[in-house]
Amino acid sequence: MSHLPKLIFELSREGKIGCGLNEADVPAEPAVDAELRRGAIADFPQVSEVEIVRHYMALAKLNYSVDAGFYPLGSCTMKYNPKVNERLAAAEELQAHPYAPHDLVQGNLEIMARLEEWLVELTGMAGFTLTPAAGAHGEFAGMLVVRKYLQEKGDPRRVVLIPDSAHGTNPASAHFAGYEVREIASSANGTIGLAELRPHLTPDVAALMMTNPNTLGIFESDIMVVAEALHANGSLLYMDGANLNALLGIVRPGDLGVDVMHINLHKTFSTPHGGGGPGSGPVGVAANLLPYLPVPRVRKGGSGYEVVYDDPRSIGRVKNFYGHFLVIVRALAYLMALGRENVGRVAEDAVLNANYVRSQLQGLLDLPYKAPTLHEVVFSDSGLPVKTLDIAKRLLDYGVHPFTIYFPLIVHGAMMIEPTESESKETLDDFIAVMKVILGEARENPELLRQAPTRTPVRRLDETQAARKPVLRWRKGEVR
Amino acid sequence: MRYLPLTDAEREEMKRAIGIADVRELFTCIPSGQCRPPLGKLPKALSEPELLAVFREFGRRNGFAAALSFLGAGAHSHFIPEVVSYLSSKGEFLTPYTPYQPEVSQGSLQAIFEYQTMMAMLTGLDVANASLYDGASAAAEAVLLAVRRSGRSRVLLAESLHPEYAAVIRTYVQNLAIELVPVAVEGASGRVSVSDLRSQLDDATAAFVFQSPNFLGVVEDGKAIAAAVHERKAFAVQVVAEAMSLAYLTPPGEVGADMAVGEAQSFGLPLGFGGPYLGFMAVREEFMRQMPGRLVGETRDLDGQRGYVLTLSTREQHIKREKATSNICSNEAWCAMRAGMYLAVMGQAGLACAARACHLNAAYFVRQAAALAGIRVVYARNFFNEVLVEVRKGSAADLAAALKKKGILAGVPLAWFDAGQKNRLLLAFSELHDRAAIDRLLAAIGEAS
Repeated sequence: MSHLPKLIFELSREGKIGCGLNEADVPAEPAVDAELRRGAIADFPQVSEVEIVRHYMALAKLNYSVDAGFYPLGSCTMKYNPKVNERLAAAEELQAHPYAPHDLVQGNLEIMARLEEWLVELTGMAGFTLTPAAGAHGEFAGMLVVRKYLQEKGDPRRVVLIPDSAHGTNPASAHFAGYEVREIASSANGTIGLAELRPHLTPDVAALMMTNPNTLGIFESDIMVVAEALHANGSLLYMDGANLNALLGIVRPGDLGVDVMHINLHKTFSTPHGGGGPGSGPVGVAANLLPYLPVPRVRKGGSGYEVVYDDPRSIGRVKNFYGHFLVIVRALAYLMALGRENVGRVAEDAVLNANYVRSQLQGLLDLPYKAPTLHEVVFSDSGLPVKTLDIAKRLLDYGVHPFTIYFPLIVHGAMMIEPTESESKETLDDFIAVMKVILGEARENPELLRQAPTRTPVRRLDETQAARKPVLRWRKGEVR
Repeated sequence: MRYLPLTDAEREEMKRAIGIADVRELFTCIPSGQCRPPLGKLPKALSEPELLAVFREFGRRNGFAAALSFLGAGAHSHFIPEVVSYLSSKGEFLTPYTPYQPEVSQGSLQAIFEYQTMMAMLTGLDVANASLYDGASAAAEAVLLAVRRSGRSRVLLAESLHPEYAAVIRTYVQNLAIELVPVAVEGASGRVSVSDLRSQLDDATAAFVFQSPNFLGVVEDGKAIAAAVHERKAFAVQVVAEAMSLAYLTPPGEVGADMAVGEAQSFGLPLGFGGPYLGFMAVREEFMRQMPGRLVGETRDLDGQRGYVLTLSTREQHIKREKATSNICSNEAWCAMRAGMYLAVMGQAGLACAARACHLNAAYFVRQAAALAGIRVVYARNFFNEVLVEVRKGSAADLAAALKKKGILAGVPLAWFDAGQKNRLLLAFSELHDRAAIDRLLAAIGEAS
């Protein structure tokens, strides 16, 4: 007998009701032909309200979350999600219909305009679009901007350069923008300098997509000369801002020669990850690229805020409506709570925390890239009697969510640790102590790690079976 | 600062452990001339009470809240049971990461598996994914999937597709070798012209993308469309911009659609000024391995217990990079989970009741509007909950403005999308309306037109 919750369909009993709505009080005279109407939805849940609440409460208990504990996931910036932001985003007076007349939504338009203005100030870019739904969506929009700009100059070019340490979304986004991806090997220091760039900098290069700090947690120190070299070649510099948390209030990408960048509001600006989304991926551009940003765009007019829906030079629309407005609300609230006094403190504490973890673990784990660490540090499993996966799974037994594993791809058995500024010294010390215990176990009883986790609601799951014969839905009476 | 837990004493201790005297030493990798911009335009830090006050003020500058609204066109107001808000706002659902560590993510994974199942049931198709960004981007992803699967490059789009969906599709394919071809709508019926569709279909056609109920509110003859499309071995892609219609109309899978994509905001998500919403995609099984987006699948753990994992990830960007089926990473997981909660609470009877009320309210309006001299209902049959009207004098915008003064948001003037459509207004009805509200709308139109 499994102690795990049943599926909602297995709780269903004919005749149970979870929600009591009244029938409409108008005559029951449909105006749709009978053959266009459906009957009852077969096997759809019939569960009472109390049983639904208990079902989801049981599911909630099976989840790890930022509210429950430490999440040192590298490049994911799992910082604390302030509770007041949830209340603000739920406020009735902000839940406008997206096609409500503009004079009735001036408050909402101002929220968007303010965030855009302050992202401009923080990053040194000339303007932002808040429309993209997530980081990868921002990358795609940004690469379309690059392409449209170059196209108008006469040649969209063919190739986008991407370092081998980049997130997988970068090559995928460049591909869907119509580009061929050429990978650049990082230097022995883990960075991209002129020596790495030059051999690839041919006349058909449209842009370099660079993550800064990169996925090793290392600042791309040559970024200004790299930008210069790109510009001299007629190419652009795209910066993936996934790791912007390290630079907040410290340095502005726009001052370093970046032409296009995206920001992840669900990372740097504290909006909740929600188990994988929704995010929000605003894209900022230099002044010469402003006309190409997606529509719609909010601007201040003579009689309040207005919205530009059509612009012939724009890449067009990437999304319905205005983007993830309620995520934007949370991000603005976070920025206003921090204020100009504290934005730099966020980066400082995030970097201090990462360096503290590095200082305490670097004698115990292999550190393949020794350059200074910003917000995250990447160790490898070389020299250990177990694999990175085993350490990650053992962490679960100690109640800690694992760090990012096996990424970036250039590090063997990568363990990518990003503590963020949200964590106290006690939490970091606990994590370090747990790591020391696990590394001791790895030497003395490696099997313990290979069997881990044993204290979680389920043990290691058979992912091969899941992919070979996919079961992606429940069906009545199906026995597996 | 309340979000930063380190004390100054701890910072000192940590600096000593690292071997630095000043935290600035950690930033020497950054070009010194560029460090520490002034940031004078940023606001001063606000306390929590100040923050609440500032946002109350933003809310005060909005003026829609008291209005009786008949706005729709892809964003719909429906009743949301309190259970949905209560459960979905729990930190265990709101604050986890993507469930890449399934041993501590069974809650999210099972909830999404249940959501996938309910979307498959609603659409009458085999498999639904774990979400895409929104209805419009889901439609664009369906175009890419159809092209990938068929190896063909021509895609037909019904002219009755939501204009923003068509715009997003155009944006997505602008640099890919995909040709988009419009298919006409018959003025008299408001439906896709099947004869024009047949004449446009050829052996290079990957798919026909049509919306039903379409942007003019009309339910398409999906069977005739699917039959024509399948004759040329192309795929029929049905867009559904108002997911509530799935609970009332013959589902896409039953009319013969190969894929259904669209917007599921109606399933428990607030209007939220347009987002975040919930793109869905459901397909016949043959598309499963080439679908975009995450999928949750059932499996067993080492002890043989049932459990759930993200699966078929070799389709995805973190494995396949530029060869992935989509660049999507973060999706709308929380919205999908919340939609699953909504569907579970509404249940078989509740969802059908809400959907029926949406239609019956619209049908009541259409019957009563026949008596109004100032407007004409363009398509008085075979709509779901949206109704297109033409004003006989002046513009639809004028009528909407006159009703706004009476506290009614009467509908979306189509001039919002197409400046040429000056006299048309699209109205949406839901289970939140009652006879009194619709009578008030009818009376106000009578007075204003």
